Amino acid sequence: MAHMTPTPVLDPSQDKTMVLNMGPQHPSTHGVLRLLLEVDGETIVRIMPDIGYLHTGIEKTCEAKFYQQVVPLTDRIDYLCPLTNNLCYVLAVEKLLGLEIPPKAQWLRVLMNELTRINSHLVWLGTHAMDIGAMTVFLYCFREREDILRLFEMVSGQRMMTSYFRVGGIALEPPIGFFDKVRDFANRFPACVDEYENLLTENPIWVMRTKGVATITEKDALALGASGPTLRGSGVDFDLRRDMPYSGYENFKFKVPVATEGDVFARYLCRVQEMRESIAMVRQALDGMPEGPIKADAPKVVLPDREKMKTQMEALIYHFKIITEGFAVPEGEVYQAVESPRGEMGYYVVSDGTAKPYRVHMRSACLANMQTLPKMCEGRLIADVVAAIGSIDIVLGEIDR
Amino acid sequence: MALQPAITDLEQLQDRPEVAVLLARNTAAVKGAKFDRNELTIWVDRLALRDACLTLKNDGQLQYNALADVTCVDWYPREPRFEVVYQLFSTTNKRYLRLKVRLSGDDANVDSLTPMWPGANFFEREVFDLFGVRFDEHPNLTRIMMPDDWQGHPLRKDYPVEGYR
Repeated sequence: MAHMTPTPVLDPSQDKTMVLNMGPQHPSTHGVLRLLLEVDGETIVRIMPDIGYLHTGIEKTCEAKFYQQVVPLTDRIDYLCPLTNNLCYVLAVEKLLGLEIPPKAQWLRVLMNELTRINSHLVWLGTHAMDIGAMTVFLYCFREREDILRLFEMVSGQRMMTSYFRVGGIALEPPIGFFDKVRDFANRFPACVDEYENLLTENPIWVMRTKGVATITEKDALALGASGPTLRGSGVDFDLRRDMPYSGYENFKFKVPVATEGDVFARYLCRVQEMRESIAMVRQALDGMPEGPIKADAPKVVLPDREKMKTQMEALIYHFKIITEGFAVPEGEVYQAVESPRGEMGYYVVSDGTAKPYRVHMRSACLANMQTLPKMCEGRLIADVVAAIGSIDIVLGEIDR
Repeated sequence: MALQPAITDLEQLQDRPEVAVLLARNTAAVKGAKFDRNELTIWVDRLALRDACLTLKNDGQLQYNALADVTCVDWYPREPRFEVVYQLFSTTNKRYLRLKVRLSGDDANVDSLTPMWPGANFFEREVFDLFGVRFDEHPNLTRIMMPDDWQGHPLRKDYPVEGYR
C-alpha cells in the first residue's frame, strides 16, 4: 500500500541529524574502512564503523596448510609490519613444539622487528600528516622507508612480503655487508627523526589540529581493549616487549614512551619517541650480535643445510619428509602475544597432533583499537575524525583478515 | 625447553590462585583446568561465565582487568561442538589467563561480555559471524566480516575451504 502513504513532510525541528557516508573508498580511511557518521551540522552525534571489505578468510586458509606454509600468509595480514606477524606466528608454533632458538636467531629477529617498527611508523607518520595537510612529511618519511625496504630486500629478497622467519630459526644468513648497511642507516636515522619533529612538533597548525582532539581516558581505553601507542598515549605504562619479554627482548635496554593526555598529539609523541628507541635497539642488536647457528637443532622440523643434504643420506630423508608431509606438532594450544607497531598482536594456535594447524586465530590490535573511535569522535567535528583515524594507525588488512 | 606433560587434574591445580578463587566462588561452575606450556586454562560453565569474569576482575590480588581476545574453536563432529575461548589479561600482574566455555552445536548460546568489557563487542560479532555462536545481551549481534546476506558460517569445520558448499 505504498502509494497511499502520504509524502512525509520535512519538519526542520524534528529532523536535526543526517547520516553521512565516509568510505570505503576515501583517501583518509587508510584502506577500505567505511564509517557511517550521524551528524548534526558539522558535529558528530554517532559513528558506526563498517568493516569486512578486505576479509579474505586467512584463518580458514591456515587450516589447510602445513605449519611452515602459514608463514607467507601471516605477511599478508598486516602488510606494514610483516616481520612482526612472522615472528608472532613462529613463536607460537615454537612454543607448541618446545623448541629452543639459538641466540643469534633471536637477536636477528629483534633487529628485523625493530626495523619493521620504524618502517610501519614512517608510513603512519607520513600518511597521518598528509591527512591533516602537511604534505612534506610524507615525502621525507617515504625517503627513509625506502632505505628500510632495501634492507629487507637485501636480507629476504622481498621488499614487503618478507617471510624471513621460519619455525625453528630464520631462513637465511644475512648477506655480506648487510650489517654495515644497517649501521649506516642507524647512524643516519636519528637526524631524520629530528627533521620530522622540526616540521611538526612545534608547528602551530599541527598542534591546533591534534592537541586536545579525539581524547580518550585511560579507563575507556582499557575497557575497549586498546593496546600499543593508543593505550600508552592515555597514560597506561605497558609494553609487551618490556613486561612480558619474548625472543630475547630482556637483553635490550629501552624506554617505553608514555603520554598522559590521551589526545592525537600524545599518540603522535609516543610513536615518534618509539622510533628513536627502536633505532637505539637496532644499534644494540648490532653491537651485541652473538655468533653461532641461526637455526634450532631439530632435524625433524628445520630444513637441513644444502651442503649436508648432498653428503648425508639422513639429511636428505628429513628434507624430503619435511617438504612432502610437513612436521607433526604435539597436541595443545598456545596464545602468543607480541608488541606490534599497533599494539598487542596475538596468535592463538591449536594443534590436534597433525602436520596442519587445527585452528589459527589472530588477535588483531587494530580491530580492538578501532572500537575506541566512537568514544574519541562523538561530539567533535567531522574534520577531527580524519585526525582520529590517523592517530590510531589502522591497517585494514589486519582488521578484516 | 623440552615439553612438560600437561597437568589436567583439577585436584593438582586447585592451589593456583585463579582456580582457587573460582572454586571458592562457585565450585560447580568450574568444569576443569589445564596447565600446559606455561599457560593456564580454566573451563567454566556457560551460565557462570560472566560471574567468573567479574570475580577475576574484581579480585584484589588477581586483577584481570582487560579482555585481550575472544575466539572460538569448532570440534565438529565431536559434541559439545564449540569451545569459546577468552583471553583475560592483568595489566598489573602481567599475566594471561584462558577461560573456555563449551557449547553444544544445537544450542550455541552464551552470555555476552560486552556489558562488562565494551571491547568484547567486535570480537563477539566476529565469532557470531564466522561460527554462528550467539551471544545473549549483545547490543548489536550482526555479521561483521561477511556480507549481511551470507549463508552459513565459514570457520565451521563442516564448511569447505574451497569449492561450493
